[in-house]
Amino acid sequence: MRPALIVPLVVFLGLVSVFMLRLIALGEGETPNRLPSVLIDRPVPAFALPELPGRGRPLRSEDLKGQVSLVNIFGSWCVACLVEHPFLMRIKRLVPIHGIDWRDKAEQGAAWLRRQGDPYDRVGWDPDSRVAIDFGVTGAPETFIVDAAGMIRYKHIGPVTPKVWEETLWPLIERLRRP
Amino acid sequence: MMVELGHFALVLALMVAVVQASVPLFGTRRGEAGWVAVAGPAAVVQFLLIACAFGALMHAYIVSDFSVYNVAAHSHTAKPLLYKIAGVWGNHEGSLVLWVLILSMFGMALALAGRTLPPVLQARTLSVQAMVGAGFLLFILFTSNPFQRLDPPAAEGQGLNPLLQDPGLAFHPPLLYLGYVGFSMAFSFAIAALMEGRVDPAWARWVRPWTLAAWVFLTLGTILGSWWAYYELGWGGWWYWDPVENAAFIPWLAGTALLHAAVVVERRDGLKKWTILLAIITFALSLLGTFLVRSGILTSVHAFAADPARGVFVLVLLAVTVGGSLSLFAVRAPALQGGGLFAVVSREGGLLFSSVLLAVAAATVLLGTLYPLLAEALGFGKLSVGAPFFNRTFVPLMIPLLLVMAIGPLLAWKRGEGKTMARRLWPAVLAAGVAGGVVLAWGGSHELAAAGGMGVAAWLGAATLAEWARRVFQNSLSDSWRRAVSLPRAAYGMTLAHGGLAVLVAGVVGATAWEAEKVARLHTGESLELAGYTFILTGLETVAGPNYQAERGTVVVRRNEAVVTTLYPEQRRYTHPPQPTTEAAIHSTGFIDLYVAMGETDESGGVTVRLYSKPFVPWLWYGAGLMALGGIVSLSDRRHRVAPPRGV
Repeated sequence: MRPALIVPLVVFLGLVSVFMLRLIALGEGETPNRLPSVLIDRPVPAFALPELPGRGRPLRSEDLKGQVSLVNIFGSWCVACLVEHPFLMRIKRLVPIHGIDWRDKAEQGAAWLRRQGDPYDRVGWDPDSRVAIDFGVTGAPETFIVDAAGMIRYKHIGPVTPKVWEETLWPLIERLRRP
Repeated sequence: MMVELGHFALVLALMVAVVQASVPLFGTRRGEAGWVAVAGPAAVVQFLLIACAFGALMHAYIVSDFSVYNVAAHSHTAKPLLYKIAGVWGNHEGSLVLWVLILSMFGMALALAGRTLPPVLQARTLSVQAMVGAGFLLFILFTSNPFQRLDPPAAEGQGLNPLLQDPGLAFHPPLLYLGYVGFSMAFSFAIAALMEGRVDPAWARWVRPWTLAAWVFLTLGTILGSWWAYYELGWGGWWYWDPVENAAFIPWLAGTALLHAAVVVERRDGLKKWTILLAIITFALSLLGTFLVRSGILTSVHAFAADPARGVFVLVLLAVTVGGSLSLFAVRAPALQGGGLFAVVSREGGLLFSSVLLAVAAATVLLGTLYPLLAEALGFGKLSVGAPFFNRTFVPLMIPLLLVMAIGPLLAWKRGEGKTMARRLWPAVLAAGVAGGVVLAWGGSHELAAAGGMGVAAWLGAATLAEWARRVFQNSLSDSWRRAVSLPRAAYGMTLAHGGLAVLVAGVVGATAWEAEKVARLHTGESLELAGYTFILTGLETVAGPNYQAERGTVVVRRNEAVVTTLYPEQRRYTHPPQPTTEAAIHSTGFIDLYVAMGETDESGGVTVRLYSKPFVPWLWYGAGLMALGGIVSLSDRRHRVAPPRGV
């Protein structure tokens, strides 16, 4: 047996171990749907983002105080955002949703909202990830639950589906709303 | 009743697969011809049983039997018939049944068509094929039963994602699976050859049609998916480097490498280990594609079925199949002694170089796709790489590949002549210079990248055509005709495929460099100018489809006062489930696509209209189509139809 011919096997086994580790983590309810604990139960970092052109109602950190709200990271370039968007339109009456238009051109973000519908109360424009990095955003879409005191209480990675909403987000929102 | 029969047929198919995987192998070891002969009939029976199961599931979809959980979750009575049928594979469980159906279909095809094969090689190949099949049947029966009943039955189904209700996408998964699963044949042949300890030109000739067919299907499937994203998702991109797109593209790159390396085995009895390794890797990457899509380990739009328990099962399947075959490779490959030596500058050298580049490209795309996973596992935190990573790594790999692709076919086997090659390359040099020069003269110095890209495309296109012409044209017309007719179909296949790639590359370069876009809010009667065309919104109306309502705009396109076309973009709202989709309207002149997508109407009757002019986009589809056609023509080559002499 020549050593070079074992290389493919070794590389493959390495890859399989990585997958296994990730799957075990997934099975234990770890990532990708939970925030690394550092940011949970921390106050929202202070920020002030500009508005999208023609839309008004920009987003600042102070706006997140006073009631439980969702902060949704989106972008007109993001395919998965398109998937969750109709569902956000349906739940916008149940809880205020604020948007952060991430890594986007302002005109395109605004046009996207005009085209797809606008579920958001306030929308901030974050083209260079200034705020997204503070939030620990890893990709779009991501949705944060912020409580009335302005603390981040939960982070969901990926589209908000009816299942996620019913099983996780909504129960947590109701709990946080109780005095 | 039918549903239970379908379930039962699937269980029986598993039994047959286990027999087919074991009995012939023992037979070859003990020299029992009767045991070896089990493989063929078993493959046929296995296919028929799985076809019964698939038919039962399809029947449940067609009659909307909502007492079946799978149908209730994914179908709806109001859905058009085509999408009820497509609904069968539009979900995790059903798509797996389609997977094993295609796997067993290839098995049956080999059992019926492979009579020219030595019986032992055929039996071993069918056994390996059945091992894979048994693994997937276990997966279906234990974790993803499509025949699970729902009690009480649902009154109405929950519908299918409307984004997927599109003819392009209805046929996209079957084509993709024909490609993915088709590579199982090359894999099974490779494992059988390792068991036998012999790889020779005859072996390569037997494998080639299967690999070619899989490659054609995967090419068509990938391009159909790209085309779907282009007109359905509504913002005019045609490739996103999305994990699921990559899951099809990575095996395509590896499969292309395999096709080229196998030519050296067939013609020169060389590169055996590399070819066998590529055959294993290509199928492993197809399995990995299934795994990535099914496990939810990477988040993507397409990953509809995310479930870690299933992920573990597929991972074990992957580990056993690929780990086992790579171990076998490590032990047995040293026995495969290559034949002819060759110089660096030779046909073999060109084929080796391009197959290595293709494999490296596949590894690069794989790395980019898995990077978030690897980074997280190694503790670098959550990271992901987007299109910039792929563009920066993939494009530099493609440039040398495209350059060498033009040169390779000009070289002689064994030892190429530098001087001869240089003399034959002048049309390519000339074409590249002209193409690059035209772009620079027209666009100025900031079009340098586009000029380079067009130059490379012209280089490849001209060299490919010139090589064909050199092989055909003679002094007299009748001689040329005779040579054109007698030139092997495989040579035409290569000319078409390489020429198609040149067209595709020109399409990619042009579509990237010269796209123009405008977004505006229009009222009826208002117009917008883009790229010399005037777009006038002349009407807005509400129309009703079978299971949706749509706002439809009428956009008249004029150029120099003459009406070019009238486009009808739509914004649809599906009722089950309620979800809007954008139906872009596209007018293609064959050279340029005019693309209109429309948003929702506001209170004042205004509507957001997004216009694109996309020169060269049609060339993407032409190029990919030519490549697939090249594969088909090559498949019809005489040497695949005539039985090779026995005992070579």
